[in-house]
Amino acid sequence: MTLSIVLVTFAGFWFPLIMAGLVFAVSLGVAAYSTYIERKFAAFLQDRLGPSRAGPWGILQPLADGVKMVMKEEIIPNVSNKFLFILGPAIAMLTALMTGAVIPWGPKVNIGGEWFSLQVADVNIGVLYLLGVVSIGVYGIMIGGWASNNKYALLGALRASSQMISYEIAMGVSVITLIMLTGTLQTSEIAAQQHGFWEDGWFTWNFFKNPLTFLIFFICALAETNRTPFDLPECETELVGGYHTEYSSMKLGFYLFAEYVNMFVSSAVMSLFFFGGYNFPFMDELKDHPNLVAAIGAGSMLVKTLFFVMVFMWIRWTIPRFRYDQLMNLGWKILIPLSLANLVATGITMWGTGKIG
Amino acid sequence: MQSLTNRSKVVVKKEMSFAEKLYLPAVAKGMMITMSHLFKKKVTINYPEVERPRAEVYRGQHVLKRDENGAERCTACGLCAVACPAEAITMEAAERKKGEEGLYREEKYAAVYEINMLRCIFCGLCEEACPKEAIFLTDRIVPTEFEREDFVYGKDKLVEPNEKNERVNIAPRQAQSTIDFKKNPEYAHNQLWDPNKKIGPKKGH
Repeated sequence: MTLSIVLVTFAGFWFPLIMAGLVFAVSLGVAAYSTYIERKFAAFLQDRLGPSRAGPWGILQPLADGVKMVMKEEIIPNVSNKFLFILGPAIAMLTALMTGAVIPWGPKVNIGGEWFSLQVADVNIGVLYLLGVVSIGVYGIMIGGWASNNKYALLGALRASSQMISYEIAMGVSVITLIMLTGTLQTSEIAAQQHGFWEDGWFTWNFFKNPLTFLIFFICALAETNRTPFDLPECETELVGGYHTEYSSMKLGFYLFAEYVNMFVSSAVMSLFFFGGYNFPFMDELKDHPNLVAAIGAGSMLVKTLFFVMVFMWIRWTIPRFRYDQLMNLGWKILIPLSLANLVATGITMWGTGKIG
Repeated sequence: MQSLTNRSKVVVKKEMSFAEKLYLPAVAKGMMITMSHLFKKKVTINYPEVERPRAEVYRGQHVLKRDENGAERCTACGLCAVACPAEAITMEAAERKKGEEGLYREEKYAAVYEINMLRCIFCGLCEEACPKEAIFLTDRIVPTEFEREDFVYGKDKLVEPNEKNERVNIAPRQAQSTIDFKKNPEYAHNQLWDPNKKIGPKKGH
């Protein structure tokens, strides 16, 4: 009795902490296991079996990889800027993990009469926070590439930054379109708006309201996470590896890990922005059991996210890497005008249908 | 020229249509192709558990044969070492003492016989050179090791076990086709040495 009172009294304090721990653990776990899934999936797409030695079906492979990464010799080049060299992977990892904070992983849960959202921080500028933190992520790559004091690493870092510039604009504009549609910057509100099936003659998912925005956002997210076909910062044939040429052991592991965490989080963002987030059909019938609804919602969010992770991998093992000029053409000459046109068209449509002023 | 398959296409350089310029239909098509491979039969062979069937003339790890009484056939004549193009074989000869007749078939034997498996190219010339039918390549695979020195195989690894039921089976290497091949008089190595006759690729080919 007293315990529960104490728990509820301080719940506002401890619940976000627990959520932070959970999001941290789930992101890391999913990232670790998406390396395994990626290898397995890639193998299946290529008529191979993939890792199959560590444990049944090779499911202990991520642990083995992790142990190997930690046990390997750490090499820091003499000519490198040692502080920045170590800081690079830390920034990449940190920003990748930070983006998970504003994503609502499920509807509100009810503990002892109090309502808590399954979210670390339900800030009302969540979308801005996401864009901001994701953009900082490229600093990890740039600093790492620069601090290596290696021409190839520097070229990889330069390519990363120029790619980031050309995609961030299109991404930002498509996010503005989304904000116009939803009329809010709060991520939990965006998810809540996609609750339900049918509204004003539209399916409530933002994907059905504006598929073009999703397409632009998706392509930009691919570029943002440095996944193929836009993984120009890392190119063995041109850059002897890329920004991480000089990196070894767990520092390299952090970069690779950050990529997977990024992929997981941007998949979560995509399912949140365009595919209803944690909403699951027919949940109104279960109004009396909010915690059950929350559990199902969190499950559906996870399934949607993992689906997009799979799509990322599917694309990676299908499409070859873009050439640098092709990438610039696509970014500056196609995606940015297209996203601007989409923005204008959305505005006109909303004005015409009386949604805004 | 008649094409072997009907898959070849004549390349045409033409202006791309709008749908082609979008690339997305092509991307979707490509992704469907990769996805269809997800359900196809896998070609992987789980090696230590499953072994790929080998040809009957497969040339694997060597064996030094014993005769039917259990005596080593090798007389350390060195012909295999001379024939070896990779110079992987070394040996030291020794004289048979009294009372060792059951161990070695002839008066001379190999006290040390070593093959460096890292140099060996498994060409089988040692086998062809051997006048005593002592060395054969078998269908066994040379196992992996962690140290370079471990790949130098001495007599402990090369001579087959004495027990009758543990002898190394070289029957696959002695298939009729192989024997016929080895004895085919058309091949230079089966002909008597004639210094006036030139051995080598015939002219006009």
